[in-house]
Amino acid sequence: MNHRSVSRLEGMLDFTLTPDQEAFRERVRAWLKANIEADWQRKIGSSDVPRPEAYEYLRRWQHKLHDAGFIGLTWPKEAGGQGLTFMEELILHEEMAVAKAPPILNILGVGMAGPTIVAYGTEAQKRRYPAKILSCEEIWCQGYSEPNSGSDLAALQTRAVKDGDHYVINGQKVWTSLAHIADWMMLLARTDPDAPKHKGITYFLLDMKAPGVTVKPLKQITGDPEFNEVFFDNVRVHESQVLGEVNNGWQVGLTTLMYERLALGFGLQVRLRITLEGLIELARKMEKSGRTVTKDPVMRQKIAQLWIDTESLKYTGARAITKLLRGEMPGPEASAGKMVWVETHQRLQELAMEIEGPYSQLMQGSDWALDGGSWQYTFLRSRANSIEGGTTEIQKNIIGERVLGLPK
Amino acid sequence: MDFGFSQEQEQIRATARKFFENECKSEFVRARMAEPAGVTDDFWKKLGEQGWLGLVYPEEYGGTGLGFVDLTVLMEEMGRAVMPGPFFSTLLGGLAILEAGSADQKKEWLGKISDGTVKATLAWTEPSARWDAPGVTTTARAAGGGFTLTGTKLFVPDAHLADVLVVVARTSEGKRAEDGVSLFLVPRGAKGLGTKLLPTMDQTRKLCEVKLEETPATLLGTKDGGWAPLERVVQRATVALCAEMCGGAQKVLDMTTEYAKIRVAFGKPIGSYQGVKHRAADMLVDVENAKSLTYYAAWAVDENVPESALACSMAKAYTSDAYRKVSGAGIQLHGGIGFTWEHDLHLYFKRAKSSEFTFGDATYHREKVAQLISL
Repeated sequence: MNHRSVSRLEGMLDFTLTPDQEAFRERVRAWLKANIEADWQRKIGSSDVPRPEAYEYLRRWQHKLHDAGFIGLTWPKEAGGQGLTFMEELILHEEMAVAKAPPILNILGVGMAGPTIVAYGTEAQKRRYPAKILSCEEIWCQGYSEPNSGSDLAALQTRAVKDGDHYVINGQKVWTSLAHIADWMMLLARTDPDAPKHKGITYFLLDMKAPGVTVKPLKQITGDPEFNEVFFDNVRVHESQVLGEVNNGWQVGLTTLMYERLALGFGLQVRLRITLEGLIELARKMEKSGRTVTKDPVMRQKIAQLWIDTESLKYTGARAITKLLRGEMPGPEASAGKMVWVETHQRLQELAMEIEGPYSQLMQGSDWALDGGSWQYTFLRSRANSIEGGTTEIQKNIIGERVLGLPK
Repeated sequence: MDFGFSQEQEQIRATARKFFENECKSEFVRARMAEPAGVTDDFWKKLGEQGWLGLVYPEEYGGTGLGFVDLTVLMEEMGRAVMPGPFFSTLLGGLAILEAGSADQKKEWLGKISDGTVKATLAWTEPSARWDAPGVTTTARAAGGGFTLTGTKLFVPDAHLADVLVVVARTSEGKRAEDGVSLFLVPRGAKGLGTKLLPTMDQTRKLCEVKLEETPATLLGTKDGGWAPLERVVQRATVALCAEMCGGAQKVLDMTTEYAKIRVAFGKPIGSYQGVKHRAADMLVDVENAKSLTYYAAWAVDENVPESALACSMAKAYTSDAYRKVSGAGIQLHGGIGFTWEHDLHLYFKRAKSSEFTFGDATYHREKVAQLISL
């Protein structure tokens, strides 16, 4: 086997790691073992999405990860990153899954804003923002969707009008995660209303504390205000806050979305695996008609299918990463990830309700609620998965048109 | 980690695709469907000349000496061409000889398999259609220094063409059903060996009933030690089959996408309608995930890592569903033309069906996954 592995260094299906990568894995594993608090899930409530009471806890957690050099692995060193490859990123996320580590709070900054600033930013912007994203000193949110432009994002109507060396912003964003705790926003606004809709948009780095910015929590299906509406009333933004060229915001914004899919992709698969292991634990302690759920043949089929789908996400991701490591563009395999994750996660949450049976009706606050009512929260929250970050319908259009080449 | 194919493997793919486009066109496939042989001497000889009949056997036994991942690349292309003939059955027999045979037996058979002079098969399942050890009821009796076999095998691929059959039989009733299983070699024309070709839905895959009545047989490997090598053979063959299924599913997606671009309804290409576009996107997801799990399984069985059984079952469970769904959607999106005998879609649809139930369907393998993750 050894001699075969050596002959394979040319490049072939191979999951063996280099000694450096193995050493990195060991280092991550040891660090996580020493630093994860055993009862963190009970402290903040186990869920995919951080709940409000968890923010301070998670801010400290990301700070700790950053101090240990585990945030921004693939970012260049001059931007405060580690200059490593996607392979180390993958290893880190795998180990975090195995160790059941808390999530990364400033995920929109780390996954989207930072890489986009590194790609398009001026020297001053690159000095100013990325490091504080990694340390979680400054949290970012994403100002894309509006009440009348969700899937049709390029139809956005928030205006930015030039006034001296400033732009004056008026309009509204919606579904803005983390806006209530964010310091900065990736803002898309229309700077040329006469240009075709994709060509008149500019990407701004907006200070959320600027006068005229109002954040209103938007209570959602879970009862939590995780999302927000953000209103802009004559907000003045200096022209040095434009990212990339004026009227080139669509291109810059698309880059952000590409990073979103890549970066969140690692995290999503890993979270799914953690959630699935939680589901199996739940199934082991529940009974249906006097038989443990995991011994029921139908339930075994359903759980096994979730396991298979979760694993498929991992290997489909590995194929995309391999292309990146070889300096190629990801192929069709990269497009499917978000959709598969959404469908699998929603099916998993439905199954959690099925396993709980009548107990699925009880929410947090009841002594009878299972696992503190956390499944009820994640079940409800999962309905947003097929809407946020590009609806499933839009994802299918993208695959149909850009990957398969079908006509519009 | 490098989860992609090497340049050499991409070269195998390119060579194979071109070869099958020239040598295994639809007319060729259909002519072979209509006759018992399922292959021509000329075509078989050419497969041998390419080095494909002995691709994974070591060079010392006359094989090409390539790896299992190389085979999956080749099988994908064979599936794309919905290639008929006894390639897969001969692979089953050859792998069994490789896994279980003595050095002399490997020398005797693998070279002849590799150069195309011998076709082989594996006679395992019986009318009970079980994939587990208790399903092996064909009995082997010691007789005059050798053995005789008695029993009925069913769903045996290409037994009517095989020069040698590897037969799974019971030599003893051990503590576990697995303990008393042995493998035997039975040459064509052996006394008491009767093979009957059965009409099959997928005419590109010929299946037989094989009757053994006190048929003389030579032990392959060790007595009572047949189950472990059989499991290794079946694991490898299952992953190879998954690769073939992926190739077929990809071809159906390609055909369907091309058709959706040119077929006009209500003044527009049907691919512009979301009802069609979204279903095509679903097909792509099925195909890509099936490939991911199959490539992973290919790596796992090639390296013989501990999770190889799990990887194999995940791949077969997913790919069985995926090929069935994709080939069904292909017919649906083609409309009436997709339902005709003239169009090639039904060849893929039927291959998907026969492959689905070879070495366990999705339900069977999901249960295996459940066991392997300790549910």
